[in-house]
Amino acid sequence: MKKTMTLGELKKGMRARITAVNAATDEMTRSFLEIGILEGSPVRVVHQAPLGGDPIAVEVRGALIALRRQEAAGIDVELLHEPHAEGPES
Amino acid sequence: MSATDAPKMIALAGLPNCGKTSLFNALTGSRQKVANYPGVTVERKEGAIGLPDGRTLRVLDLPGTYSLDARTPDEAITRDVLLGKIQGEDPPVALVAVADATNLERNLGLVLELRDLNVPLVLALNMMDLARKRGLELDLVRLSVELGIPVVPTVAVKNLGLNELLAAVDEALRANPAAAPRTEWKRSDSASVRARFSEVDRVLKASTKKSGTPALWTERLDRIFLHPVLGFVVLASVLAFMFQAIFSWASIPQDWIEQGVAAFGSWVGSLLADGPLKSLLVDGVIAGVGSVLVFLPQILILFSFILVLEDSGYLARAAFIMDRVMGGVGLHGRAFIPLLSSFACAIPGILSTRTIANPRDRLATILVAPLTTCSARLPVYTLLVGAFIPDQPFFGPFRMQGAVLFGLYLAGTIAPLTMAWLFRRTILRGPKPPLLMELPTYKLPSLKGVLLGLIERAKIFLRRAGTVILSLSVLVWFLSSYPAPPATAPGPAEGGAPAIHYSYAGRLGHAVEPLLKPLGFDWRVGIALIPGFAAREVMVSALGTVYALEGDETQVEKALGERLAVSWSLATALSLIVWYIFAPQCLSTLAVVRRETNTWKWPLFLLGYMTALAYVASFATFHLVGWLWGSA
Repeated sequence: MKKTMTLGELKKGMRARITAVNAATDEMTRSFLEIGILEGSPVRVVHQAPLGGDPIAVEVRGALIALRRQEAAGIDVELLHEPHAEGPES
Repeated sequence: MSATDAPKMIALAGLPNCGKTSLFNALTGSRQKVANYPGVTVERKEGAIGLPDGRTLRVLDLPGTYSLDARTPDEAITRDVLLGKIQGEDPPVALVAVADATNLERNLGLVLELRDLNVPLVLALNMMDLARKRGLELDLVRLSVELGIPVVPTVAVKNLGLNELLAAVDEALRANPAAAPRTEWKRSDSASVRARFSEVDRVLKASTKKSGTPALWTERLDRIFLHPVLGFVVLASVLAFMFQAIFSWASIPQDWIEQGVAAFGSWVGSLLADGPLKSLLVDGVIAGVGSVLVFLPQILILFSFILVLEDSGYLARAAFIMDRVMGGVGLHGRAFIPLLSSFACAIPGILSTRTIANPRDRLATILVAPLTTCSARLPVYTLLVGAFIPDQPFFGPFRMQGAVLFGLYLAGTIAPLTMAWLFRRTILRGPKPPLLMELPTYKLPSLKGVLLGLIERAKIFLRRAGTVILSLSVLVWFLSSYPAPPATAPGPAEGGAPAIHYSYAGRLGHAVEPLLKPLGFDWRVGIALIPGFAAREVMVSALGTVYALEGDETQVEKALGERLAVSWSLATALSLIVWYIFAPQCLSTLAVVRRETNTWKWPLFLLGYMTALAYVASFATFHLVGWLWGSA
């Protein structure tokens, strides 16, 4: 089962694949792309800041990127399950 | 010598944190010149390399950038230098693209952009040892073929691969002498950014035999440093340790400098006959410059902490943890780094706001950065805290003086945040700035990099002490010594006013006294505050000169602090301390704000609002303390 969410909704430890990057502004979209947040890349929420779990730090294309949940809401993702937690047919 | 014999210039370009500066340091050693690009305050670092055949190459270390579609002023410099658009700056004849080998899927995008410039290009795969250790196996020949440029593995911090790199640059220069470099750049749209990354993926897929694993240590450390509770504890401890170190470690070298200056002063004094020359040298130059020189150890300790924290990758984590606080008052998440740098000096702090793309977010940070407790305030604080706060145990290992100082730093932290909150709700209203920041892999800071940074800071400080502070000290001495009292006036021994009373400075001090009286300052403080407007620490040297000239022989031996302790009330001292929490007196900061905002409006606003804050706060302190202790 593949569920569509935004990056801003993911909890710590969740893995997903980016399906669309549509930030509030064109400028922001390009900033996301340049820093490596782009369609097809797998992401994982590795850390969340103290006081309300915002901002988050995500691992994407081999780097750790910090962003706020509000901006991360402009990034659509599909959830991926932990590789070891699912059968070979997924 | 014909133009072709002049040393050619190559440039290093790469992402932030790719090890570009380490490579630059490894290539050039201490043969570096740091200046600014014409008209802007972006640091321009140039060095020289002696090639084996005796020729020299000039090397330019360009500001780190993610892309040539520059979004910040720093990144724009990199693009403009590469396109030859900077006046008086010849475009480099060849480029070295520096890429972090542990993270090629992010680093190669810029390499593709650089390739489009049609300038001879060599790719340096830096930190190759680390990448191999993490299991990366690359087909370097295939990578070179897919990219169409020479590829050289390097380990800058161990000086590995440097000769091979230079040989490849030389070869590339010989091979493509007639290339026509691009001079125009069209901003890429989202589609071309996506296309660039697809190309990177294709190149890497073709040339990677085995992928490396992510940095294990970084994840382990981050489990502590970014932990919701422990993260705060670590950050608070790091900062507390830093401030404690500034005072305890610095005290020994400071004693040496103080004793050295005193010994030098009396040695010079013993060589000269009493008269204006002796007074100028001993009271003006040595007392003035010496009282500021004493703070060199503290400033160097503060900067070494900031350099190490930045180099290691921790500073970005601190910004991540503090984002809630920064964002809460409407500051950009990256504003934490400029504000922390401002604890050393507001000028590098204001310059580092260049990483903030939105002008309004940037201005908010610039306007509050000078409220942070910069190191020029330290001389004032240390002098007054040392003289007026008893040195007794306070709580646990902390002593009273340290606690007061910590309180002053706390005030210098709360003040900028409060003002930012106010500005974002009034004159700088706008949407909450976004946060998008890479948290770099942790690495051991390089000793060489930190030392080079410290030498640079020491040079700047000593240059200031030797120019601005020296000339202001002489000026204060002159204004405080002339005109001499009339021959008919009774000397201090006969109960008359001291000589400084009759001088220009004395008159000036008396003229501003009515304005300062409500704050508890007399004319002597007035004299010190006037040159203090040029640079805060000059206040200390000016006070030193004023009291040196006023004092009789028995008092000259005493340190300035002891003399103040007997002549000022506690209310006056605290009022002056509070004045310096807010005081805007720093011409260099105002000049930098003028340059960075490109208008006089903002530096004048800064001067106005900070002076108003300082006046009100000092007034309140003086009267409150006077009322509580009855000593006003």
